[in-house]
Amino acid sequence: MDKMTAIVTGGTGGIGSAICQRLTRDYKVIACYFKNGKHDEAKRWQDEQRQAGFDIDIVYADMANFADCEKLTALVMERYGHIDVLINNAGITCDTTLRKMTSLQWQQVIDANLTSVFNMTRNILPVMIERNYGRIITISSINGRKGQIGQCNYAASKSAMFGFSKSLAQEVARKGITVNTISPGYIETPMLADVKEEVLNGIIANIPVGRLGKSSEVAEAVAFLASVDSGFITGANLDVNGGQYM
Amino acid sequence: MKADKLALITGGTGDIGTAIAKQLSPMFGHVVALDILPGNQGELWQASVNEQGFQNVMFRHMDVTSFEQCEAVIGKLIAEFGHVEVLVNNAGITRDAVFNKMTKQQWDEVLRVNLDGMFNVTRQVVESMRNQMSGRIVNISSVNAQKGQFSQANYAASKSGIYGFTKSLAQELMSKQITVNSISPGYVNTRLMKGIRPDILQSIIDLIPAKRLAEPEEIAWVVEFLVDEKSRYITGSNLSVNGGLHMY
Repeated sequence: MDKMTAIVTGGTGGIGSAICQRLTRDYKVIACYFKNGKHDEAKRWQDEQRQAGFDIDIVYADMANFADCEKLTALVMERYGHIDVLINNAGITCDTTLRKMTSLQWQQVIDANLTSVFNMTRNILPVMIERNYGRIITISSINGRKGQIGQCNYAASKSAMFGFSKSLAQEVARKGITVNTISPGYIETPMLADVKEEVLNGIIANIPVGRLGKSSEVAEAVAFLASVDSGFITGANLDVNGGQYM
Repeated sequence: MKADKLALITGGTGDIGTAIAKQLSPMFGHVVALDILPGNQGELWQASVNEQGFQNVMFRHMDVTSFEQCEAVIGKLIAEFGHVEVLVNNAGITRDAVFNKMTKQQWDEVLRVNLDGMFNVTRQVVESMRNQMSGRIVNISSVNAQKGQFSQANYAASKSGIYGFTKSLAQELMSKQITVNSISPGYVNTRLMKGIRPDILQSIIDLIPAKRLAEPEEIAWVVEFLVDEKSRYITGSNLSVNGGLHMY
């Protein structure tokens, strides 16, 4: 039997890369990439991964575009014949307090983080139903759970994933498909590299574990929920936040 | 009563919206139901509510999905009547379908009204509230945001999106004496429910420990509680009003 396949949106980012790497142990991994067609960057990433020993396929699509996701699904099906795991990991931030937030800043975040989840899941679900098997894991955030100053848009998009996942979990529970969320806390990624050191120290002071999380620690949680043995876990949220929010 | 203060309710002419408008009427100078109704139905609604003794309730046509319209209508209300003390984001729609059959349009319509609408409207009142150092924002979510619901992936996403928004904005505005909370009603006795087949309705009621639907007034009462001056320390909170249907 050929390997199961796993699609990871935002697969080339900080957490995305770690998820891709971890899943290559058990799956044929396909990373989704979109940065306005900058394929060179993606190819460079793919080469780096290969040199590090991770063989990862790559496909290009704008996750916020339904037709793009439809094409992507068809392409992956043509290449591999089945899709077993979907990791909705793509996300952006565009922080500002609500009183200064523009309509565009709201819409870009909602589209990239939430509409993308609809677009990908809607296109891939029928493929999973056909085989009576699937794992859908959506990466939310601690700030979707607790809210955060300057993130009305981001927190709305991330908390929306909970209602989405719980509803879909109920619909497909009898089809061998589980639907769950993971809510990472603050993870050491390039996204955090821009944060000032004193701000970062302030954040770490609030984390009971006393440090930032590692991308690989999120990836372990993903691998756990993606495994065949986790078939009874559905509609759940798994916090990976070092105790910062309980 | 705060005579010079304004309370705004989106989806204000629906059954829950109407109950909220009546409930807030004695508390504030002007209560405005913002809604989309065809022809002169908004005026008829207002006349009927006024006739019942709620003289300070008025109707204004506003589509929450249009940022520009929200800016214009609410800007005009502020210029005309003064400070917005209360905003109740109550406008909501459903477009139920099992996910496997849900169209992009069904997804978009629900998200545009229920979630983007909340942004479009709230964005217009924050400045007014900050300047006055007072305000109450109440967002109406749903029990199905808390527990999920078959054939409501779009609705539950939009309604649970409200929680992250509410908690973030609460943190931003607490230093200005403005509170932001959500209410998650269970099944409420509205026109919407009357369209449901009697046997299905009964099976829903059987699941509710209270063994009945909520009345719109029971939701409106919770809104009154949250907008009361004495509730000033409650923020970023969610109040379940569901007859015990979901406890968390």
